[in-house]
Amino acid sequence: MILHRDDDPTRRPTLVETGDFHEVTDIITIPAETKPTATWVILLLMSLSLLSVMVGMIGYLFWEGTGVWGVNVPVGWGWAIVNFVWWIGIGHAGTLISAILFLFRQRWRTAINRFSEAMTIFAVMCAGIFPGIHVGRIWVIYFVFPIPNSMGVWPNFRSPLLWDVFAVSTYFTVSVLFWYMGLIPDLATFRDRATTKVRGFILSIFALGWRGSARHWQNYERAYLILAAISTPLVLSVHSIVSFDFAVSKVPGWHTTIFPPYFVAGAVFSGFALVETLLLIARQVFGLHKVVRMHHLDNMNKFMLLTGSLVGYAYGMELFIAWYSGNMYERFAFYNRALGEYWWSYWIMVSCNVIAPQLFWFKKIRFNIPIMFIITILINIGMWFERFVIVITLHADFLPSSWGYYRPTWVDIWTYIGTFGLFGTFFLLFLKYLPQLAIAEVKGVMPEANPHFGDDHHAPAGANAKGH
Amino acid sequence: MEKTISDVKPKVFGVLAQFASPKDVYHAAEKVRDKGYKKWDVHSPFPIHGIDGAMGLGDSRMGWIALFSAMAGCFGGFGLQYWINMFAQPVVIGGKPLNPYPAFVPVTFEPGILFTAFGCLIGMLVLNGLPRWYHALFTSKNFKKFSDDGFFICIEARDPRFSLNETRKLLEDIGGRNIEVVED
Repeated sequence: MILHRDDDPTRRPTLVETGDFHEVTDIITIPAETKPTATWVILLLMSLSLLSVMVGMIGYLFWEGTGVWGVNVPVGWGWAIVNFVWWIGIGHAGTLISAILFLFRQRWRTAINRFSEAMTIFAVMCAGIFPGIHVGRIWVIYFVFPIPNSMGVWPNFRSPLLWDVFAVSTYFTVSVLFWYMGLIPDLATFRDRATTKVRGFILSIFALGWRGSARHWQNYERAYLILAAISTPLVLSVHSIVSFDFAVSKVPGWHTTIFPPYFVAGAVFSGFALVETLLLIARQVFGLHKVVRMHHLDNMNKFMLLTGSLVGYAYGMELFIAWYSGNMYERFAFYNRALGEYWWSYWIMVSCNVIAPQLFWFKKIRFNIPIMFIITILINIGMWFERFVIVITLHADFLPSSWGYYRPTWVDIWTYIGTFGLFGTFFLLFLKYLPQLAIAEVKGVMPEANPHFGDDHHAPAGANAKGH
Repeated sequence: MEKTISDVKPKVFGVLAQFASPKDVYHAAEKVRDKGYKKWDVHSPFPIHGIDGAMGLGDSRMGWIALFSAMAGCFGGFGLQYWINMFAQPVVIGGKPLNPYPAFVPVTFEPGILFTAFGCLIGMLVLNGLPRWYHALFTSKNFKKFSDDGFFICIEARDPRFSLNETRKLLEDIGGRNIEVVED
């Protein structure tokens, strides 16, 4: 009879609520080995319907041209860019969790990293669509890449929009490689449990013949560490470059040096919110309570509190600098954001992004699942509105004669909703067919995994959970 | 046991022993190392902290591969931009020099990262001799546990110190269970 592992108050709470490696394997692999549940099938069908809506909307856009969207002078960047920045921002928490927390040896990340990496990849896919279809002449989209052509024309490497192409495509590729590398040992676990020939065959291909050799683990761990080390500046660079799309232009309200850190903080903020939204659902549906514990959720809530406060600070600093600069146009841009025709979007942004996360100061709220679920949803709404507020600054530019009011069309709205179908389809397939949690890593953070487990030196055995 | 054609004598790949915990396999590895074996390996569901020391392994060469990939990416990215702007299509934009290198930083940095990532994954696989479809250990049913909760040591027959009986005895002495001879 094992006592509850957290009964001893002198020990840190363990990250996994079991001491049995086999049980961890079971918890994570069984959802992928059983028949899909009705809920899953219904959700997949819903996602597929939305996905086909998205495909239809994009087809319509290609057929008719960007006139089917609400974009026009002076707002040439509408929902498409709002959605692009929103989705790519969401992706950032995935890399932050998998790379930066790895470098800082935050071992609680193991419960959520696979999830958030998957989320990153699918979110970047959704993001990548929007600038791609926004170009108008879609048949010359290859022009964004430096491809030798008979016209002898090359892209302009001095444009942030081109940097964006490189940043986003690198980000997507590196995220996929990082994710796949983490999957290799877990796919081997799946392979070794496969009961049918076909399943075993497919998994054998993707597990690449992994056999858990210590000599292999050594190279593997080093390669993983390097990947984490390069992903860290990558994630910071990607959203900085996204912010350059705005900051390098000479539009009041955009041309500010605070943009890169402000965008990165906002990205991490929204990404953590979405990871938690998805995690809370999956934890409930697949019964992952033993590996995704309140401790993990608490940490994520603290992250949201921190990044939410950073974002709130950035909003305040933007207003202050607008006033302090003494620049008429800059002042007007911010006055207009808060009190102009789009005042409602500004205040939705402030209440969702600045006020809502402040509730996480209270421990009761950090441990209350329904409330944190609502807050994460609010944060995602707020972060969408943040990008809306920024993009929509265009509606009142330098010349009052060309001011206008931007409205999305039904095509804008359904394209955006459709991307949830794309995201949902891939995410559901991931949840069902791949290891949702990093099996090898979760086992690795259990105290029993330590080769000195149970040796009584100076520290109590529980300290081994932190490694040495 | 696999079926073999009667006149072909199956070749012994090595002796495989299972251990109960990371701790056991760790201490067993230290003893195998001290016996002077070279061609052997530990197999575990996750990397065991410090096992490379217990096995007496050298350092991984991944860092060098990553460094060269990163340099290739950075030089490639910068070189591409420089060549395009200086030679392939020199266009003066905004009265700026043809080679405004600060503007080239993002596309120098990003390919550097991209190449390093490929270098890491491919380099890791090459160093590990992966992917491979067949390995003698996959013929062992018990070995499948390596990816679940099994910890194994396999001493290979190509090790000069290998002798079926003595090696087997050693593995037994250091706490190995389910000892089996793996054939290739």
